[in-house]
Amino acid sequence: MVVQAMSEVKVQTMSEVKVQAMSPKEVVLANIRAAQGGPADQSIPRLYSASVDLSPAEVVEQFADRLYDYNATVHHCTVDAIPVTIAGILETRQKTGLLIPSGLPTDWLPAGFNFQRDEGLSYADLDASEGVLTACDVAIALTGTIVIAHSPAQGRRALTLVPDYHLCVVRLSQLVATVPEGMRRMAALLPAPLTTISGPSATSDIEMIRVKGVHGPRILEVILVE
Amino acid sequence: MYSPSPAAIHYLLVISLFITCYNDALFPQTGQAVVTVLERLGHTVEFRAAQTCCGQMHYNTGYRNDSYTLLRQFLQVFADAEVIVCPSSSCVAMMRDHYPKMADQLNDPALQSQVAAILPRIFEFSEFLTDKLGLTDVGAFYPHTVTLHSSCHGLRSLHLGSKPADLLKQVKGLTLLELPDADQCCGFGGTFAVKNPDVSAAMLSDKLQCILGTNAEACTGADNSCLMHIGGALSRQRTGVRTVHLAEILASTEKSS
Amino acid sequence: MSVRVGEAASALPFPEAAKKLVANSQLRRNVRHATNVIRSKRGRVVEEMPDWEQLRDSGKAIKDHTLAHLDQYLIQFEAACTKAGGQVHWARDADEANRIIVDLVKRYGSDEVIKVKTMTSDETRLNVALEAAGITPFETDLADLIVQLGDDKPSHIVVPALHRNRMEIREIFMGKMGLDSLGYLPEDLTAAARKYLRERFLRVKVGISGANYLIAETGSVVVVESEGNGRMCLTLPEVLISIVGVEKVIPRFEDLEVYLQLLPRSATGERMNPYNSIWTGVTPGDGPQAFHIVLLDNGRTKVLADPESRETLDCIRCGACLNACPVYRQTGGHAYGSVYAGPIGAILTPQLQSMEHSQTLPYASTLCGACYEVCPVKINIPEILIHLRTKVVDSGHAPLAERLAMKGAAFAMSKASRLSLAHAFARLGQWPFNDDGKLDNLPGLLAGWTEFRDLDAIPSQSFREWWSKR
Repeated sequence: MVVQAMSEVKVQTMSEVKVQAMSPKEVVLANIRAAQGGPADQSIPRLYSASVDLSPAEVVEQFADRLYDYNATVHHCTVDAIPVTIAGILETRQKTGLLIPSGLPTDWLPAGFNFQRDEGLSYADLDASEGVLTACDVAIALTGTIVIAHSPAQGRRALTLVPDYHLCVVRLSQLVATVPEGMRRMAALLPAPLTTISGPSATSDIEMIRVKGVHGPRILEVILVE
Repeated sequence: MYSPSPAAIHYLLVISLFITCYNDALFPQTGQAVVTVLERLGHTVEFRAAQTCCGQMHYNTGYRNDSYTLLRQFLQVFADAEVIVCPSSSCVAMMRDHYPKMADQLNDPALQSQVAAILPRIFEFSEFLTDKLGLTDVGAFYPHTVTLHSSCHGLRSLHLGSKPADLLKQVKGLTLLELPDADQCCGFGGTFAVKNPDVSAAMLSDKLQCILGTNAEACTGADNSCLMHIGGALSRQRTGVRTVHLAEILASTEKSS
Repeated sequence: MSVRVGEAASALPFPEAAKKLVANSQLRRNVRHATNVIRSKRGRVVEEMPDWEQLRDSGKAIKDHTLAHLDQYLIQFEAACTKAGGQVHWARDADEANRIIVDLVKRYGSDEVIKVKTMTSDETRLNVALEAAGITPFETDLADLIVQLGDDKPSHIVVPALHRNRMEIREIFMGKMGLDSLGYLPEDLTAAARKYLRERFLRVKVGISGANYLIAETGSVVVVESEGNGRMCLTLPEVLISIVGVEKVIPRFEDLEVYLQLLPRSATGERMNPYNSIWTGVTPGDGPQAFHIVLLDNGRTKVLADPESRETLDCIRCGACLNACPVYRQTGGHAYGSVYAGPIGAILTPQLQSMEHSQTLPYASTLCGACYEVCPVKINIPEILIHLRTKVVDSGHAPLAERLAMKGAAFAMSKASRLSLAHAFARLGQWPFNDDGKLDNLPGLLAGWTEFRDLDAIPSQSFREWWSKR
């Protein structure tokens, strides 16, 4: 099929010989330069709210509330109580252990469970595991989002993806209220790959009925550390 | 017996009626009703016989050049009118949304300023009553159950909001029944109904279900084009429900009915 | 150069395609249900944002600004992405993009690929090109999988299989996955898809994706998704190839904060979709160690060249206009004969490709304005539809009867005296069809009207006649 411009466009007036001598990149850029235009530069309005008027306690409450909305379970504890909280969760879920990224703080780990570091594990190993325990980098209350920058305490991207269960420790210092606040913290983490997680994987592709748990972890559990 | 409020008397005007081409030919009773209401409120109504059409059908269907002619003609006829009232929300939307753009397209500064000067003086009938005259009670009597179809252009372009309903709620004897899915288009869309008859009919059949579900005796609105569309199906299906323009309800009084 | 938009070139005119679809009661029910659910969810989460209008203003301004400087931002993106270990390719049209991708897959020695939902690859018909080269593509988005296994076409930008109900999906899955038994609950069907795809996710060496955003300043690529199939395709393979339209670039990382608020609320009615993946080139020891990106023109620069409609390229593919459109809600997406359905499809498809094949699309709207009202980047779709209609008429593609009728009407209305005469003629002309004040079975242009509706006979006295005798 041959392009028939609906209006006089410079793409078509470029001589064939010239086009043939140009690389695809040069042609596309030449087309863009011939086409682009518009109003002289005007500043971009940014009048949306970058922050909200909520107390720290309200922010925490909203975060927990959003996670609850997503069917993610939330536990609250102090720093000292991280190991005992993890132990309790694993007992309830009848798990014998979890995978952990190489940089996860060892003092979080309760005794009596098998925590295996992700060193040289195959995808099949990840798939066969009982789940994964990680930290996070940023959390956003308004949307119930956890951001993972895949630093040593979070591990490579596959580690929080292939296992069917993800237990994530979020510290209050990592929690912000809004998406813009979260994005500012995320910017500082680049160029690391970033994954934002808002509840367990889900689909509504069949009759718009939300099914929680598709390909990503089907269960997300969060420990909120004060 | 209704007597205009002091506020209304304060605003006595010479109102130029823009009847619109299709109301002129097909719905003269709507124009007559507008005249009745405005005169009852004490205003003077004039009708400039040289008027024809706002150009909406041509513009929206892609016949831009023809619509330019009609724009110029409209301006010529109404340039010195004090205030222009039109009982069709889509025609007013056409003028407000597109006349400035058309003047820009023609790159005609004189036309641009003429359009800018006339637009603030053009009112859709219901907004004229509520916004310009500050009235919701115009002394009407209509002892029927009625549901209200909000035409898309009135809703999304003119932002009429609750204005037509506010007027209806003050009509003596009238029971206003809420129409479900009121923001959904009836499927008229000017030449759409002609070019896409099957989809248009499917949309219309949904609208009919909603209207019949209210059990109202009549469906009203601020635009006869939608009402003609809806009414055509109500009639074909022998539903016994009629359509009636808002102006005709407001013109009706204990004496006239 | 040739522009392809899926199979739009061989599609039926909209009214003909729609005629069959509106007669399909199951399809209409499915589409109605799905669009109602998303509309109400969207309504709720947009309502709770006090700064929604400000976000829309920013979202539009960023896109318009980008389009005015598109060459600079693409060059900036290319440089940053390349520096981070990515390889950037440019494709003028669909065939060129497909050729680049097929060559890459072959070069890496794979005969299969896993794909995460990309409309752009549907636009170029990449799967057909891959299959022709002996490469098997596996669609991994649940809806795309339903469409692929059902030899079907997508009918919605965000939920491509919304025209199917659970029983239809069950039948497709049982047949194509070779299952003897399968439940009919959405949970059962989703679990079957998980099982079917998991082994492929872990095995296949090449992933293919689209992208929602390219960030010029950092060279980062963003994919927005829900199921985790995206993360699988973006993370597990050794090689990742992304095919992206040139209009998807945004200037700064900061700009993303606007779209990550606008898109999920508009698209699925969620405050945030489950997953966003943001990657920058190649990360040693994490994810694909080879990353290629194909920047596609395929008619986009033609759209850019038209000042009256270039804002079409602002689109962030949220699908809100489809869910809001009363026409789409009757027909579903297949009537549009293009991978891009609904109001955005009605303006995008005709602009991307030759007008001949899609001249009926600009008329597939009542201009009710519902699309413009919900568009998160404020694309004035009704205005662009009218603009494209003008192009159809100006290029001589409008039907003869319509042109004559319009000319006749314009002549009559150019003078009030002619209008009065026209009234008289019309009254005279209607008598064979006048049945007690109602017109039925009118011929020609109005035949469609009177098939479903009566038309009141023209009154014996026009308003102007009444006024003159008053």
